[in-house]
Amino acid sequence: MNEITSTRHNHLIDPSLQIWNWEIPVYLFLGGMVAGMMLIAGYFLFKGRENEENCSCFYLPYISFVLLSLGMLALFLDLEHKLYVWRLYTTFEISSAMSWGSWILVLVYPMLIVNILLKPPAAVVEKFPILNKPKEYFFSNPMRIKSFGVLTMFFGAGIGLYTGVLLSSLGARPLWSSSILWMLFLVSGLSGAAAFVHVIAKNVYERELLAKADNAFLIIELFVIALFIVGLKTATEVQASAADLLLTGDYAASFWVFVIGLGIVIPFIIQILAVNHKIKHTPIAPLMVILGGLVLRFVIVSAGQFSHWFRTY
Amino acid sequence: MARYGMVIDTLKCVGCQDCVIACEAENSVPEGFCRDWITTEAKGTFPTIQMEIRTERCNHCTDAPCVSACPTGASHYHDIGGVVLVNHDECIGCKACIASCPYDARFVHPEGYVDKCTFCIHRVEKGQDPACVSVCPTYCMTFGDFDDPGSEVNKLLNSRRYHSLLPEAGTKPNIYYLT
Amino acid sequence: MNSLSRRRFLKISGATISAAAAVTSLSSVVKGAQKIDEKTGKPIKGIQKIPTYCDVCFWKCGAIAYLKDGELWKIEGNPNDPLSNGRLCPRGTGGIGAHYSTDRIKHPLIRKNERGEEKWVEVTWDEALEYIATKMKKIKREYGPESMALFSHGVGGTFLKHTMKAYGTNNMTAPSFAQCRGPREVGFEMTFGEGVGSPERTDIENAKCITFIGSHLGENMHNTQVQELSKAIANNASIIVVDPRFSVVASKAKYYLPIKPGTDIALLLAWMNVIVKEKLYDVDYVEKYGYGFEQFAAEIEDKTPEWAYPITTIEPELIRKSAREMAKNIPASFIHPGRHTTWYGDDTQRSRAIALLNALLGAWGRKGGFYLPNKFSVPKYSDYPKYPKSKKPLVHNPGHKYPYAEGEQLSTGIREATINGIPYPIKGWMVYATNLLQALPNRDETIAAIKNLDLLVVVDIVPSEIAGWADVILPEATYLERYDDLNNAPFKQNFVSLRQPVIDAPHDQKPNWWIAKKLADKLGVGNYFPWNNIEEYLDARLKKAGLSLAELKKKGVVKGEKQPIYFDEGIEPGFFTPSGKIEFYSLQLEEHGFDPIPKFTDHGNPPPGYFRLLFGRAPVHTFSKTQSYKFLKDAMSENEVWMNQTVANKMGLKSGEYVQLKNQDGKKSGRVKVRPTERIRTDCVYMVHGFGQTAKEMKTTYKKGGSDAELVTRYKMDPIMGGTGMNVNYVTIDWEA
Ligand SMILES: Nc1nc2c(c(=O)[nH]1)N[C@H]1C(S)=C(S)[C@@H](COP(=O)(O)OP(=O)(O)OC[C@H]3O[C@@H](n4cnc5c(=O)[nH]c(N)nc54)[C@H](O)[C@@H]3O)O[C@H]1N2
Ligand SMILES: Nc1nc2c(c(=O)[nH]1)N[C@H]1C(S)=C(S)[C@@H](COP(=O)(O)OP(=O)(O)OC[C@H]3O[C@@H](n4cnc5c(=O)[nH]c(N)nc54)[C@H](O)[C@@H]3O)O[C@H]1N2
Ligand code: SF4
Ligand code: SF4
Ligand code: SF4
Ligand code: SF4
Ligand code: SF4
Ligand SMILES: [Mo]
Repeated sequence: MNEITSTRHNHLIDPSLQIWNWEIPVYLFLGGMVAGMMLIAGYFLFKGRENEENCSCFYLPYISFVLLSLGMLALFLDLEHKLYVWRLYTTFEISSAMSWGSWILVLVYPMLIVNILLKPPAAVVEKFPILNKPKEYFFSNPMRIKSFGVLTMFFGAGIGLYTGVLLSSLGARPLWSSSILWMLFLVSGLSGAAAFVHVIAKNVYERELLAKADNAFLIIELFVIALFIVGLKTATEVQASAADLLLTGDYAASFWVFVIGLGIVIPFIIQILAVNHKIKHTPIAPLMVILGGLVLRFVIVSAGQFSHWFRTY
Repeated sequence: MARYGMVIDTLKCVGCQDCVIACEAENSVPEGFCRDWITTEAKGTFPTIQMEIRTERCNHCTDAPCVSACPTGASHYHDIGGVVLVNHDECIGCKACIASCPYDARFVHPEGYVDKCTFCIHRVEKGQDPACVSVCPTYCMTFGDFDDPGSEVNKLLNSRRYHSLLPEAGTKPNIYYLT
Repeated sequence: MNSLSRRRFLKISGATISAAAAVTSLSSVVKGAQKIDEKTGKPIKGIQKIPTYCDVCFWKCGAIAYLKDGELWKIEGNPNDPLSNGRLCPRGTGGIGAHYSTDRIKHPLIRKNERGEEKWVEVTWDEALEYIATKMKKIKREYGPESMALFSHGVGGTFLKHTMKAYGTNNMTAPSFAQCRGPREVGFEMTFGEGVGSPERTDIENAKCITFIGSHLGENMHNTQVQELSKAIANNASIIVVDPRFSVVASKAKYYLPIKPGTDIALLLAWMNVIVKEKLYDVDYVEKYGYGFEQFAAEIEDKTPEWAYPITTIEPELIRKSAREMAKNIPASFIHPGRHTTWYGDDTQRSRAIALLNALLGAWGRKGGFYLPNKFSVPKYSDYPKYPKSKKPLVHNPGHKYPYAEGEQLSTGIREATINGIPYPIKGWMVYATNLLQALPNRDETIAAIKNLDLLVVVDIVPSEIAGWADVILPEATYLERYDDLNNAPFKQNFVSLRQPVIDAPHDQKPNWWIAKKLADKLGVGNYFPWNNIEEYLDARLKKAGLSLAELKKKGVVKGEKQPIYFDEGIEPGFFTPSGKIEFYSLQLEEHGFDPIPKFTDHGNPPPGYFRLLFGRAPVHTFSKTQSYKFLKDAMSENEVWMNQTVANKMGLKSGEYVQLKNQDGKKSGRVKVRPTERIRTDCVYMVHGFGQTAKEMKTTYKKGGSDAELVTRYKMDPIMGGTGMNVNYVTIDWEA
């Protein structure tokens, strides 16, 4: 028997950490989606699809812009000392993932704007012809577009990485102290974005490609989750029991049903059937993937806060 | 350079929470919160029980993850004694530091910034012991400078068996418990 | 016996005091530290420090209150005070919560509806006191003044006692004898001729071996004792703890004896058997000072550890080892006498057994044992008229049924007289600073008595449970807001300390001395208060001791010259028993038909499915008085019922689950959390006393946790001194919660 009692009674800390509610998972989810979309848009640009009239690389930046702003709003809402938010930008703290993240996010905005200006809305250009300049600049040399595509992918990967690294840099939570959490969030972001684009893509080629890609991402995601769990299970005792939170503990139901079942396995099957033209493409499967990604963030954030080095549960 | 810390004799501590209450009064800790607390760990089955009673607080870690996690520099090492402090005016309340502290030593002050033990630096700078140390009726806590080889805290560590909390977390905590 | 002890004080005191009496003019208005500067009319900035002494329990530690910008900030120990040594216990540190309590009564209240309904009308002090005086005069006319009784706990009652005596009654009591220290005091007086007193005269810091029978220091936070305990631990003293529960001090022990509740006398006899048989006792000491040792030795001849084993469940080998450990450390080895000793009704005999074991160890009068305290001599205020003489007997102990209930009166005796009117009716209670609903066993009897009253006045700071039943509640200023009488309790180091106001009372609350004096005026006995305010009284007393109020106001405490406190330091050993010796065989007990040498009596077992209900202290609370104090209420907001882990598992009880307890008489407690733990035997459960309060007006404490007092419907009277053994109740879990 090991009987541990504590007199501590701090709000949001005891009996288990509850500092982050919906805001952070939503922010991580939206960040992941944006990352995925930037990767996709960047890839298409790199692939020279800028000449396709209905290439998603032209409207994804709009969506990214909105999602990213919503994500940052969620992040802002989570701050306890909102009036001081500007403090983030009076310094750069090299060791702080949060600081990296906040700077990356502001750098991403210009990227998205430039991306938007590759095909600026006609009405706007009429009023401000100057806005045609970037387009002219980029389109005058395909290499420029290619490089810009790479840069977009680079920043997209940066955000994706960052959403995972943010948690795993907080080593005090055994569930998060995994070296592949970033990969999990990155892949999940990609699969979510691919699913999303797959639903809205006007271009048939892109739709087919993304459905296939999404299936690949889902398989990779499953594989990464397995790695993540095995990694925890074979690490310290506390990390093993943190993994158990997902496998058999309080979070098992959401994890197995929503993340694995409805979020990966079932949509995977549906999409396999669709890709092989056994059934029609349906937005249901991609929606499931997206929701699964959202639940994944919620599960990881809450279970991670619950996991602890001291307690046995 | 000084490195402030505490050595706490668990054989003497009775878990009375005087240190907790003194801290709350001294530092006007808001109701419902505490900067220090008591952990009691009982091992065994009745009647053969080993019990350790500890007063715990921020360990003012030498490699403090809360400081590295902080995006604004609000969490920082103080010039004196390496004490880990939070600058209220720089803190945005993002709580990354809370999530990064393996000891759960921090909390969000109702006014929005993150708060925790300051080692009563305002007293220490005046040559006084921290409030918790100076109130303890069992005299089980000693505050001092680990960088001073002749300090009382070093003498205690040299004379007794001790442990720190979660050394495996790699934070280099500066509070030691004599057993 | 008290007078005998006092004689010894005179013999050894004669303290020389090197204090110059300063002459200062005293303000006629008695106020605390000021928020507004009287001269400039501006708020006072910065830190003010005001010494006083603590009142969160009866230890009376010297303290210094700090004000920041005119607001009460914190309170610390006074470094010059020998009781606190500059450090208060958690309750003392949290004492500022008394001032800040949000539940405080702001104005005098007179009852509107039925008693106990807690409905009030606010009145002025004049109206309240007029109301009380009219009723008291009526009681005096119809029944005689003796039909008023006073229940008063603590130093604050001094002046009310004076008023009541002037009015003509001597029926006055406190729960500190028959519910607390009584058996111990009598047991030790029967043995050594003197009681242990408060503060206990235990020399813990110099002991090499200390044995605790239940007394749970570290949870029981009597400050100096805890401080000394830590010094003893630092000196590697051996600690032996006997407790059915693995207490905090048990975790510091070399030997922990998990005794079956109620069987301590058997263990004590077995220990003495070992020590006598193996001739480990202090032979010289016993030969020199002992009386009746042979009869005693013969009596315990067969009380072997093997005999005690089935009774106590303590392994014989453990009994032997621990006995040898205590004997090995003679004479710096003693058995702590405990304080709350009213457990099973044979408590005087258990305390006798503890005293006798101490005698075998030669602990009385020895360094590391029981020192001989001395007292700073401060003469009483002497300009009072003589109190009226009563022809009626006291009511608390009719026919001297309990022959040794004579030092202090039996609270339950006065309650009984109030219920049955024998030897004469009691029609009025004045209750000062004691929550009789929590303090006395069997709440129904207390309420029955209250229902017989024509007048119940409660002086309190909050609308407590007892106040809920009052006809009139008088809101007192807290200890931080008032003067009280001086403290010059006998101790290792003689001293005198002052309580003075450190801050103004926030509303219309008044100090006890003011209440007592005004009431005396209304009762027509104002001539008993020749002083205008308490400052005059205190200054007059202090002047006679060669000190002054001005000096005490500044220093808080003044120490006398160090006096010898051990036989070894030249004190002539003297025992104020009939034989003049330490009575292994008690002549007095024999004379009254009691066992002259303690015997074990069996206290039975809980019925199947039931557990013996035990209770004690938590470090952050004092009985039922501190639960509404800020800091302290955070530190522990409700109590839990401790229950053995295995038993809880079998019953399917989870940690933190709320249950109700039901006792053998079907009485139920409020909702209380279960705490399954390895730290307690399987045949008992344990609760911290003071919780589960039922006063609706106490918003912060209402129904927080469960009340042990509510479940103590049975109690066993100690035939020797009238104590109420309260550990005789059994409870079971009631899931209806
Ligand atoms: N914090 C705090 N400290 C206090 C007080 C307070 O209110 N709060 N009150 C003060 C006062 S007035 C008093 S009287 C004292 C009381 O303090 P103590 O004199 O120490 O009181 P006990 O009743 O001995 O303490 C209860 C302990 O006795 C154990 N016990 C119960 N039954 C038995 C038994 O049959 N045999 C044995 N061996 N042990 C048993 C219980 O498990 C528990 O550990 O505390 C004083 N100190
Ligand atoms: N069941 C059970 N009964 C017990 C005990 C137990 O452990 N269990 N312990 C016993 C012991 S050891 C003792 S000593 C007694 C203690 O018994 P009490 O001395 O009656 O203790 P409390 O319950 O704290 O009641 C104190 C009352 O005084 C009030 N008060 C506080 N401060 C002031 C003040 O400044 N002025 C005034 N006028 N009032 C004030 C409080 O609000 C409260 O109503 O109880 C005994 N009875
Ligand atoms: S005040 Fe001292 S004895 Fe009490 S809990 Fe704190 S450290 Fe332990
Ligand atoms: S204990 Fe926690 S809050 Fe304190 S320095 Fe270490 S990591 Fe930071
Ligand atoms: S909450 Fe404040 S102190 Fe903590 S990491 Fe964020 S900004 Fe820094
Ligand atoms: S050092 Fe000061 S701030 Fe830290 S726990 Fe002790 S009293 Fe509180
Ligand atoms: S022991 Fe604690 S509560 Fe009692 S007088 Fe001393 S400081 Fe106050
Ligand atoms: Mo007591």
